[in-house]
Amino acid sequence: MCLGIPGEVVRLDAERPGMATVNVGGARREVNVMLVEEDRVGPGDWVLIHVGFALAKIDEEEARLTLSHLEEMGQAYRDELRAIAESRID
Amino acid sequence: MTAAGMRFVDEFRDREKARGVAAQIAKLCEPGRHYGLMEICGGHTHTIYKHGIEDYLPEAVQLVHGPGCPVCVIPMGRVDDAIWIAEQEGVTMTSFGDLLRVPGSRGSFLDAKARGCDIRMVYSPLDSLRIARDNPDRQVVFMAIGFETTTPSTAMTVLRAAAEGLENFSVFCNHVTIIPALQAILASPDLHIDGFIGPGHVSTVIGCEPYRFIAEERGRPFVVAGFEPLDILQSIQMLLLQLHEGRSEVENQYTRVVPWEGNQKALQAIDEVMEPRPTFEWRGLGWIPDSAMRLRERYARFDAERIFQVPATRVADPPACQCGEVLRGMIKPWECRVFGTACTPETPIGTCMVSSEGACAAYYNFGRFSRQRVRQASSA
Amino acid sequence: MSERTEKDVLERIERIRRRPPRVTDERITLAHGAGGKATHTLIEALFLDAFRNPLLEPLEDQAVFTIGGARLAFTTDTYVVSPLFFPGGDIGDLAVNGTVNDLAVSGARPLYLSAGFILEEGFPVDDLRRIAASMAAAAQRAGVQIVTGDTKVVQRGKADGCFVNTAGIGILERPVTLSASGARPGDAVIVSGPVGDHGITIMLARGELGISSDLRSDTAPLTALVGLLLGAAPQTRFIRDATRGGVATICNELAQASQVAVVLEEEAIPVRPEVRGASEILGIDPLYVACEGRFVAVVAGGEAEAAVAALRTHPGGEGAAVIGRIADDPPGLVLVNTGFGGMRIVDMLVGDPLPRIC
Repeated sequence: MCLGIPGEVVRLDAERPGMATVNVGGARREVNVMLVEEDRVGPGDWVLIHVGFALAKIDEEEARLTLSHLEEMGQAYRDELRAIAESRID
Repeated sequence: MTAAGMRFVDEFRDREKARGVAAQIAKLCEPGRHYGLMEICGGHTHTIYKHGIEDYLPEAVQLVHGPGCPVCVIPMGRVDDAIWIAEQEGVTMTSFGDLLRVPGSRGSFLDAKARGCDIRMVYSPLDSLRIARDNPDRQVVFMAIGFETTTPSTAMTVLRAAAEGLENFSVFCNHVTIIPALQAILASPDLHIDGFIGPGHVSTVIGCEPYRFIAEERGRPFVVAGFEPLDILQSIQMLLLQLHEGRSEVENQYTRVVPWEGNQKALQAIDEVMEPRPTFEWRGLGWIPDSAMRLRERYARFDAERIFQVPATRVADPPACQCGEVLRGMIKPWECRVFGTACTPETPIGTCMVSSEGACAAYYNFGRFSRQRVRQASSA
Repeated sequence: MSERTEKDVLERIERIRRRPPRVTDERITLAHGAGGKATHTLIEALFLDAFRNPLLEPLEDQAVFTIGGARLAFTTDTYVVSPLFFPGGDIGDLAVNGTVNDLAVSGARPLYLSAGFILEEGFPVDDLRRIAASMAAAAQRAGVQIVTGDTKVVQRGKADGCFVNTAGIGILERPVTLSASGARPGDAVIVSGPVGDHGITIMLARGELGISSDLRSDTAPLTALVGLLLGAAPQTRFIRDATRGGVATICNELAQASQVAVVLEEEAIPVRPEVRGASEILGIDPLYVACEGRFVAVVAGGEAEAAVAALRTHPGGEGAAVIGRIADDPPGLVLVNTGFGGMRIVDMLVGDPLPRIC
């Protein structure tokens, strides 16, 4: 049951405080957002949802940093491949 | 799949980046040295096999499956108790889908349903609450399982039930905690684990501090990992880097989701509604003190164990079942003497073969044939 | 433990999987209706065992035989979908299109259907009118006639509203022989459009999971698309419509019947974003989710491109794609090259993630 999925907050429920509609690729579900109250999630924010509750707000800046770190490792690899290829030609 | 991309998912499944990380991992392996890295969480085991992550790892790096599968660690006796509750007059039992085929000593939830019990699958404990609201004449019970990832959801649902004054809703609480399970693993004398791939979603709730003793007192690097394939590969790279540099720390790879200090609201909700049980039986790990939760006295009216005089059945695992050894990482799924023969996903003997996060299920359903063995099929 | 020992274990497992199935359950469970392992075991070990004859043995979706010089295809299907009415159609549409499709995928021209109804006491007559109207419209669209039928009523509580059975007859005018045992290494695997629309639509329409979307069932007659396929790819080996158990189940049936490996490319499989999103939330794999207007086909490798191009010209076939190919090893298994670059197996479905979707 570790199943946690990123979803985008579409709308906060005006009638029921603490509930929001979250969109996962076009499938929408009501999610309880009381556990991420402090992050003041609103439409456009991304949250991690698990069994109908948002457990955390996704930090988009951190996501970008992680990806760029991964990209660097990829770049180092490609640089090395190129160096090997070039050294062979010599 | 050619759907429009899913954000925060697809970027972390990029194979170009995977090659880069795999190259770094290979470089960090010292010649002649073997590395045993335990992925604790069943969700990680599932991802590893589903995406074929092991195909990116050198032979020197072996992944050891851990006990972090909440369905897997439920002893047969608790399943029997839950079915007993479902058999009571007027009861509607609600459960996550994963649990429905777990065998008790007299069959599974699904078998009980075939015999006439009212058992319904839910995605969320809130759905269970809705069923209770819509069916005031039924006693609706929610089979609560899960590590700390799921416990806050059950706690919040009980608080909601209390706020609404519901009188026909209760919870059969089987929530367990991860740290005692890790301590039991670390206590195993024969286990050679060099580092841990930490449970990303549990850590969303409990934070990263609780793992400090593993790195500082037990000298094993610990990296809290996300669930996409690149997260797992990056976490392996981070572990190997620590080992290479002679460090032993807790690191957070899953920074986009996991706050170092965890989720205080979630921890408060748990603390308000629940308290640790003195002891609890885990499949394969035996009785562990302070390892599971029960509802506090002031929420007794929502506690199925108090409402229903549950028989508290104790059932020994079938003699053939080696789930315990799989859960402790002592043996790989295929090394279990009944794996794939008497115990299959269709005819499971133990929980590891039934749960979608079970190591045996993941290996049988996804990982039975690795790229090495079918090189001709993939390149033809 | 050495690599060789793991290999021994896996080989032993494969030998056991090849053994004839036996039904050991005492009672029928929902798993028996899912289209996966339990269903297959029930059909082979109980029904085939009881009825055994050469026409039934191949266990295709239809029986093909010759009478007085005419080659006929004959099939039947029962519909127990809940809810009866859902976005994109109702039980009536499924009942006509499903049986039409089972005939069409054998290469036959569907002609005549029967329709049997089991109605629950108290079922609204207006709902029955709606269902009948849907069936009439679907039959007209598919070019078939409903020529005979039956109606039974059972007491309240003994049937969930309305169950429908349809049987169908079609005529094979083309000299094709399509069979699950006809796949050969080098062949290509094609799907006629995005997978999982129907199953997810039904699951969401039940309302129990609280997930909503704009998805609609893909129920539709496949006769025209099959015709286009056979025209562009005359060496087509096999066609089957993907219903319960989804694309994964068909590929497994194919792999076993032909004793080949089916190797799929994850990134090539067309899936709508809503199906993917709902599947991620629920933790299910779209490959196992039912469709009601899609087929999987095995075509000769050289004809794959032409086949897909032909399908894409027709409404309903816009999303057609090559999703994999046939290899010789390991026989009887379905493998997926994951988007990430690794590999996994796609085994026959166990259990029933989505009960009563068709």
